[in-house]
Amino acid sequence: MKGAQLGEFEEIVLLTIALLYDDAYSVAVMEELSNRLERPMRLGAVHRTMQRLEEKELVQSRFGESTAERGGRRKRLFTVTTAGEQALQEARKIRNDLWADIPKAAFGGSLA
Amino acid sequence: MKSTPTTHNAGQNVKPPRWANWLMERITAPHLREELQGDMEELFHRRAHRHGATKARFMYAWDLLLLIHPRLWRREPEPTFKPRYTKYSDVSKPLSFHPVMVRNYLKLAFRNLTKYKGYSAINIAGLAVGMAVTMLIGIWIQDEVSANKHHKNYETLYQVKLNQTFDGQRGTQDAIPFPLGDELKTKYPDFKAVAMYQRSEGTRSLIVGDQKFLKNGIYIGQDAIDMFSLSILNGDRNPLKEPYSIVLTDETARTLFGNQDPIGKIVRIDNSVDLKVTAVVAKQPANATLQFDYLLPWQLQEARFDWVRNKAKTDWRNNDWGVFAQLKEGIDPAQTNAKIKDVILTHLAANDPTSRNQVKPEVFLHPMAKWRLYSEFTDGKNTGGFIKYVRLFSIFGLFILVIACINFMNLSTARSEKRAKEVGVRKAVGSGREQLIGQFLSESILIAGMALVIALVIVLASLPFFNTLTEKSMTIEFGNPLLWGGTLAFTLFTGLLAGSYPALYLSSFSPVKILKGTFQVGKGATLPRKILVVVQFAFSISLMIGTIIIYQQLEHGKNRPLGFTKAGLISINSSKSLLDHYDALRDELMATGAVSSICKTNAPPTQWWSSNSGWKWKGAGPADESVIFTTIATSYDYTKTMGIKLKEGRDFSRAFATDSAGVILNEAAVKRMGLKHPVGERMRWANRDWTVVGVVPDIVVEWSPYRAVAPMTIIFAKDWVNFIDLRINPAMSPSAAIDKIQPIFDKYNPAYPFDYQFADVEYAKKFRYEELVGNLSAVVCLLAIFISCLGLFGLASFIAEQRTKEIGVRKVLGASIANLWGLLSKDFVQLVIIACLIASPIAWYAMNQWLESYTYKITIHISVFVGVLAIALLITLLTVSYQALKAALLNPVKTLRSE
Repeated sequence: MKGAQLGEFEEIVLLTIALLYDDAYSVAVMEELSNRLERPMRLGAVHRTMQRLEEKELVQSRFGESTAERGGRRKRLFTVTTAGEQALQEARKIRNDLWADIPKAAFGGSLA
Repeated sequence: MKSTPTTHNAGQNVKPPRWANWLMERITAPHLREELQGDMEELFHRRAHRHGATKARFMYAWDLLLLIHPRLWRREPEPTFKPRYTKYSDVSKPLSFHPVMVRNYLKLAFRNLTKYKGYSAINIAGLAVGMAVTMLIGIWIQDEVSANKHHKNYETLYQVKLNQTFDGQRGTQDAIPFPLGDELKTKYPDFKAVAMYQRSEGTRSLIVGDQKFLKNGIYIGQDAIDMFSLSILNGDRNPLKEPYSIVLTDETARTLFGNQDPIGKIVRIDNSVDLKVTAVVAKQPANATLQFDYLLPWQLQEARFDWVRNKAKTDWRNNDWGVFAQLKEGIDPAQTNAKIKDVILTHLAANDPTSRNQVKPEVFLHPMAKWRLYSEFTDGKNTGGFIKYVRLFSIFGLFILVIACINFMNLSTARSEKRAKEVGVRKAVGSGREQLIGQFLSESILIAGMALVIALVIVLASLPFFNTLTEKSMTIEFGNPLLWGGTLAFTLFTGLLAGSYPALYLSSFSPVKILKGTFQVGKGATLPRKILVVVQFAFSISLMIGTIIIYQQLEHGKNRPLGFTKAGLISINSSKSLLDHYDALRDELMATGAVSSICKTNAPPTQWWSSNSGWKWKGAGPADESVIFTTIATSYDYTKTMGIKLKEGRDFSRAFATDSAGVILNEAAVKRMGLKHPVGERMRWANRDWTVVGVVPDIVVEWSPYRAVAPMTIIFAKDWVNFIDLRINPAMSPSAAIDKIQPIFDKYNPAYPFDYQFADVEYAKKFRYEELVGNLSAVVCLLAIFISCLGLFGLASFIAEQRTKEIGVRKVLGASIANLWGLLSKDFVQLVIIACLIASPIAWYAMNQWLESYTYKITIHISVFVGVLAIALLITLLTVSYQALKAALLNPVKTLRSE
C-alpha cells in the first residue's frame, strides 16, 4: 500500500521502540536517539512520529506507571505490532537487496 | 523560586514556566494532555538537573514552540469501525476518490437534486445565469483585447500621431501633413515600412457595367499590404504599385462580380477613372481598426487631383492625412520617438515662429497594441480609453459569478439542517470526513456541470442579441481546445468555490450531537449567511444606481438643445455632376413640394469636418492666432435648411453681393473673441477679409454630444462642398418625400446610386458609446438582481420552513397574518437597508468619477439613491412575501400535529 510506506525517521523511531522494548515512551526514545545519532532531538518531532506510527497500526500503546518526576502523570508506552515488525523486515530486506545488488565497481577503488 | 543555575540537585523544587504550562494545558488535545505534560515535566527536571533551571526553562519553552502542530490540538479521531488486518501491507484506507465512491457520490447527488426539485432549480438556474453572463462578458472582453492581433506585425506597427497646442490646449491627432510619409521613409532607417493613407471618409460609387455600388475605401501606400499582413486570396502580391489599380475585399469582389474572376476587370470610380482590379484580399475581422471595402493606390491621388500634385505634396502645414509606420525588429520606439519628434517643426520653423513658440508640433508613435483600447489623450499624454470599460465589465463579470456562487453557498448551508441527520448517520456508519467532503463537492460540481450546459445554451441563444447590443459579430470558437479547457476549469472552479463552504461546514458536524437531537445551527452559521446576502445586494444595488445614472446622463445628452432641428433633415453626398447642375437641381426639388429648403455644405449636418486657426480680428493678440475655429463652409440657405434661429444679424443673402466674403459666428466664438457688437466686424483669414453678418446659437455638431461647443465660423465658400442638405417639407411624410426626390437625383447624378442620411439617425449614432455601456450595465444589473432574488427566495423559503413550528405556535396564541409576515420579512429588509448604506457611497463615488469625463453632464441627485432603496425594498418584499405569507397562512393544526 502506497499510503503506509515507512519514512526514514519513522523507521528509526520504530527501531528504537523495538530496542527499548518494555520502556519505550517518548522521552526515552528521544534520549536514546539523541545519544545514538549524536544530535539533539525534539520532543515534538518524536511525539508526532509515534502518533503517526500508531495511526498506521505499526505500534500499539498503553498507559504505564506514573512517577513523581512526571508530576504524577502516566507515560504512554509503545510496543511494536506484528505489522510493525513486518514493515521493518520489509524495509531491511529492501536495503539488503539493494546493497547486494550494488556492483563492486560502483564505489570505485576503495572497495576493489 | 530559585533560579541559580548551580543548584544541580534542586530538580524537584524548580517548576517549569507557569505561562508555558498554562498554554500547553489550553492547546493540547484532551487525549494527549496527560502524557505530553508528563513528558515535558520529566524532560524539564532532567534538564534542570543537568544544565540548570534557567536553561531548562528556556528549553521547555523552546520544546513547546516546536510542539505546535495541528496534531497537538487535533481531537482524537472518532472510533470508527475498521476491519482488522493482520498484514501491514494489506491495511487499506478507505479511498475517498475511488471510482466506486465517485459513482456513489454522483448517484446520491442526483437523488438529492430530484428530491428537492425547487431548490435544485433555483440553484442551477442562478448558477447558469451567472455563468452565462460571465461567459458573454468573457467573449466580449476577448473580442476587445484580441482586436488587431491578427496582423502579423502587431508588435512593430505604429500610427504616427501629432501633438499640437492651440489656444493653450495640447491636443493629439492622427492628421499629419502629406510629405511626412516620404520624409520618414527616406531619412529614418528605423522604419522598415511606411504607408500613408487618406483619413477622410471614402464613400465612393463603384461602377461595373451598368451597376453602381456605394462602398467605403481608402487611398493607402503600397507597403500597407505587407505591413498589415493582408492575405491576398487572388492576384498580384504587390497590387498597389500601379496608380490605376484597385484592391477589393472578397466580399466586395462577390458583390461586384459574383462568381467571376475579378482579376484584370475594370471598375470605374466616381464616374471619372477606370481602375484595374489587381488583387482580392480577405475582409478584415469586425474588431480590426483598419476597415475597408476596397483599397486605392496612394499615387492615384496625384494622378487624379491637380491640387495634390501641385500643392499638398510639399505642404507641411495642412494636416489632412494619416500615416502608418512599421519599425525594424528590435528597435525601441522610445528612441525613434526622440529622433522623429521635431520632424514637422524643422520644416516649418524657418518661416513660422508661432509654430515653434506656441503650436509646438511633436510627432510620436502610437503602438498598434493600444489603438483600440488606449486611444484617449489628455494634454498630449495617453490616458487610456475604452480599456476602462473592459476593466469595469471584467469586474462585473466576476461579481456576477461571485453572487451566483454566494447563492449556492447560502442555499446549501441553509439546507444543512435538513441534511444534518444524513451527515450524522453517515458518520455513525463509518464514513470519514473526506468522504463527506467528497460527496458534497461532487454534488456542487454536478450542479455546476448542469449549470454549465444550461449556461452554454443561454449563451448560444443570446449571442445574436448580444451582438446586436454591442454591435459586434462575435462567435464561439467550438474547435478551440483552449475554450473547452477554460470552460471546464471554470466549471470545476465554480463548483469547488460554490461547494467549498457547505462541504467543509456540513462535514464538520458531530454525529453524536446531531443524532441526539441537541444539534442547532447557531448564530455562527447565520452571520456569514447574512454577510453574504449583504454583499450580494450591495453589488446589485450599486449596479442599479450606476445604470440609472448612466441612463440619466444618456437622456440628458439626448435632450440637449442642439440649436438646430435634426428631424426632417437629410444629407446627400455631393458629386461633380450634382454641383454642375445645382441650380436646376434645386429648382426641380423645390418644385416637387417635398423639399422646403436646400443648401450646400462641407460637412454633414451633425458633424464638422474642418477646423482652422489663424483668424485675426480687431483686438486680437498674437496668442489669439492659435484659437481653433470649427469651420463650416456653405453658401445660401444654411440656417433655413438646418432650422437654426439666428441670434443676431442675418444669413447669407443673394441680395447682398458682399456676402461672398461673409462669415457667421456662433455664440462661443463671439465670447472667445470678446466682441460686443459682432455684426459688421471685420475679420481676416486665409489672406482674405471677412465680414460678420450674423450670429447663430451654439449648434452642437461636436463628435461627442457631451462636449463643450467650440467657437465656430460659418464661412461663405461656394466651391467647398461635400454634401447637399435638404429639409423635407414638414407636411409630407419622409418616405413620400424620398420617393419624389429620388428621380431628380438619379437624373442629375447618374453615376451614383441614390443614398441619403437622416440627420436624426446620424445624431443618435453619437450616443453609441453611452448606449452600449448603459445597455450592458442594464443587462448585468437586471441579471444580478434576478440572481440575488432567486437566492433570497430560496433562503426565505428555508427560514419559513425552519420556523414552521414557531409560526404555528404564534398563530395559536393569536398572531395575525400581518404580524407573521412582518416577522419573517423584517430580517431581510434590514439586510437590504444595510446593503444600500454600503453601496450608495461607493456607487456615488464611482459614478462621479465616470461623469468627470463629460463636460455636459448631470449632477447626481439624492433621489436616485432613495429611489433605488425603495425599488430594492420593494423587490425584496415581493420576493420574501410569497414565502412569508405561505408560511403564515399554513394551518397551525397541520404544522403542530406531529409533536
